[in-house]
Amino acid sequence: MLYFSKLRVISVLIFTLIISYFAVSNFLKFDDDYFSKNIKLGLDLQGGSYLLLEIDNKPVVTQKLQSKLIELKRYFKEKNLILRNFSVDEGSIIFESKNNDVEEIKKILDDDESEINPYFQQYKSHQFDFVEENNFFKLTLSNYGLILLKNSSLDQAIEIVRRRVDEVGTNEPNILKRGNDRILVELPGLDDPGRIKTLLGKTANLTFQFITQNLEESFGTEKLMFEDESEEAIVSKRIILSGDNLVDAKPSMDTQSNETVVNFSLDRVGAKKFGKATSNGVGKRLAIVLDGKIISAPSVREPIIGGSGQISGNFTFQSATDLALLLRSGALPAPLTIIEERSVGPDLGQDSIKAGIFSLIIGFALVVLFMIYKYRVFGVIANLALISNLFLLVGILTLFEATLTLPGIAGIILTVGMAVDANVLIFERIKEEVKNEKNYIIAFDSGYTKSRTTILDANITTLIAAFILFFMGSGPIKGFSITLGIGILTTLFSVYFIARLFTAFFVIKNKNKEKLI
Amino acid sequence: MKTIQFNKLYKKLNITSLVLIIISLFLLLFKGLNFGVDFKGGTLIEIRTEQSSSKISLIRDSFNQMNLGDVSVKSFGNKTDYIVKFEKQNSNDPEFIDNIKKKLSNSIANVDFRRVENVGPKVSAELLRSGIIAIGLSLAAMLLYIWIRFEWQFSLGAILALFHDVILTLGIFSLFSLEINLSIVAAVLTIVGYSMNDTVVIFDRVRENLKKYSDIKIFELTNISINETLSRTIITSATTLLALTSIYLFGGEILKGFSLAMILGVIFGTYSSIYIANPILVFLKVSQRTILKEEKD
Repeated sequence: MLYFSKLRVISVLIFTLIISYFAVSNFLKFDDDYFSKNIKLGLDLQGGSYLLLEIDNKPVVTQKLQSKLIELKRYFKEKNLILRNFSVDEGSIIFESKNNDVEEIKKILDDDESEINPYFQQYKSHQFDFVEENNFFKLTLSNYGLILLKNSSLDQAIEIVRRRVDEVGTNEPNILKRGNDRILVELPGLDDPGRIKTLLGKTANLTFQFITQNLEESFGTEKLMFEDESEEAIVSKRIILSGDNLVDAKPSMDTQSNETVVNFSLDRVGAKKFGKATSNGVGKRLAIVLDGKIISAPSVREPIIGGSGQISGNFTFQSATDLALLLRSGALPAPLTIIEERSVGPDLGQDSIKAGIFSLIIGFALVVLFMIYKYRVFGVIANLALISNLFLLVGILTLFEATLTLPGIAGIILTVGMAVDANVLIFERIKEEVKNEKNYIIAFDSGYTKSRTTILDANITTLIAAFILFFMGSGPIKGFSITLGIGILTTLFSVYFIARLFTAFFVIKNKNKEKLI
Repeated sequence: MKTIQFNKLYKKLNITSLVLIIISLFLLLFKGLNFGVDFKGGTLIEIRTEQSSSKISLIRDSFNQMNLGDVSVKSFGNKTDYIVKFEKQNSNDPEFIDNIKKKLSNSIANVDFRRVENVGPKVSAELLRSGIIAIGLSLAAMLLYIWIRFEWQFSLGAILALFHDVILTLGIFSLFSLEINLSIVAAVLTIVGYSMNDTVVIFDRVRENLKKYSDIKIFELTNISINETLSRTIITSATTLLALTSIYLFGGEILKGFSLAMILGVIFGTYSSIYIANPILVFLKVSQRTILKEEKD
């Protein structure tokens, strides 16, 4: 165990130097990006916000069922199958068929290549499961159907969230999918996420609907509240135009009324629809509805055919800017709720870094002094291993752009405390061997050999704990598991390559001394 | 070095440990744990005030006027820093925190919100569940590992030692109503790893000695093995404790609970490796035959 080939010595040294270089590069400034990597700081150290959003898929499911219902009606009509009593009820579609059609309908729904009930070829499961009782059919989304629906609405939502966050212009936001109904948004450097929360909390479903003359709600109309909750109005359910037809929206100042407004422009289809509707509706009031609330309801004075328009509604410059941003980025497929929020101010992050580094220095110094006091020369060797271990650990974290968190720093300090264990196990074993073996080289050699399995066992147990933490933990805790886990690997390297190298060098030089350890 | 008769105290300390475990379980069952917002849901705000003269009662009063339910205000490290916790959280109101900030500024000048944590009930329930699963999983993984490496008597000893460490650490947290948050789960998992590490080192030696001496009884043999590995046990515990104490003292308030849990865990872990794991081997009458039998299979 004490023999090292020249090649090995050189490769260990080169490897250590290269990795250590990356550790040091955190503290140096180069112009060239390639040579200077920086460790990534977690949100708890650099300050920033973490938001976990959950999408409420209920409206998406209802919408899907309603559109499927229309599809079913049309499909079976073409097949000359008479169905009646269609309804959508608590996540299922219900309809009744004639007695002698039941088998035929079942066959269509059950067919592997069914057009109306697809997915079987791909997923070995239909989009809808169904049951039939007394000629009544009940169709419910199958597990696969539901997952696919949720995934597509989540993908859509992520896209919209990304657009909205990008529009606000924070640096390097991190937007990730979590499961099939959650979105994680990390905003480094932004410790007050108020505005983003406001923006993400809105579905931004914009519609233009005419206000009817009716005083009572009836079929084809609905009662909607004004944004400021001052009054209500009965509006027609017919949607003249929706946000989908918008191509741009900008806040601006209306020179005549001296009011802040939002100007929008429409795509070709939208312009045509809008032109037609406003030509027919001169004199009527057109409600501009956002997420079920009326922003304003101006009267149509003349047909609007240019494909652009203006929304007014007691805006401040900020709220007009936000509305324009929401309209540009598009509507979310379903509402999002914030179910977890953590934000850390930059001051606290700085303080945490300072405290973390200070306690690392103190902890390190204490361990170093203790080892020299206990083992003298070999304490120095163990300390050399400890120092290179620290460089390797920080170097690898930097190289792989791992995220350093406050618990991560604690993990580094803990590694410092536990790393000497392997060397202690070896040195203690050597002490025992020296009692019976006068030849130091043989004694050292067997000390290393005999302690090997114990060291491996002992480190694997900690590695298991780190692994489980990595897969189960979130955010800062993950950072801890990363430093703890990598720390074990660098510890083993520094003990078996670096400390052993120095030990071998020292023992071979001093093999004839009286009391070596 | 002089041999210390650890085995003389096996019986006495086993009874003590058992009593402590029972007390801890009672505490956990009847007093319960003081879960933080991570596991209970709610809002945590760390604030810094400009003057240290701002009284804690003033802060408490201004929060109480906001209809947030039960509000707890505690000073946090510095004289100017406070932690405010309450159960209400803002699932649907994006201006929830801003409003609190505004209202607070009315009564206290220059308040800085250093940290805000807001955890909904669904998420906190999930975090708690995954925390429990993580601890359970790590115990199971350790059991599996040691089962592969050693005989079942050793696994039992090691696992009972682990349970001892985890239960006593949590018992102390319950006794003093210390807050349990995500970092405590990390600490418990690390304790599990550390305690296992410590036990494995002694067990490796027991196993080696079992092969070496066929005529020494396990009662004596465990004592020899503990003594042979004692200086390593002391040195490693000492360096680990030095590092942890440094985190506890200088690492800032956020790491206090974590490092305290780890310090307790290391002390219990070191103790249990000697006084729980080894007596189990004696109790199960482990002998040279135990390990030879296994090797024949």
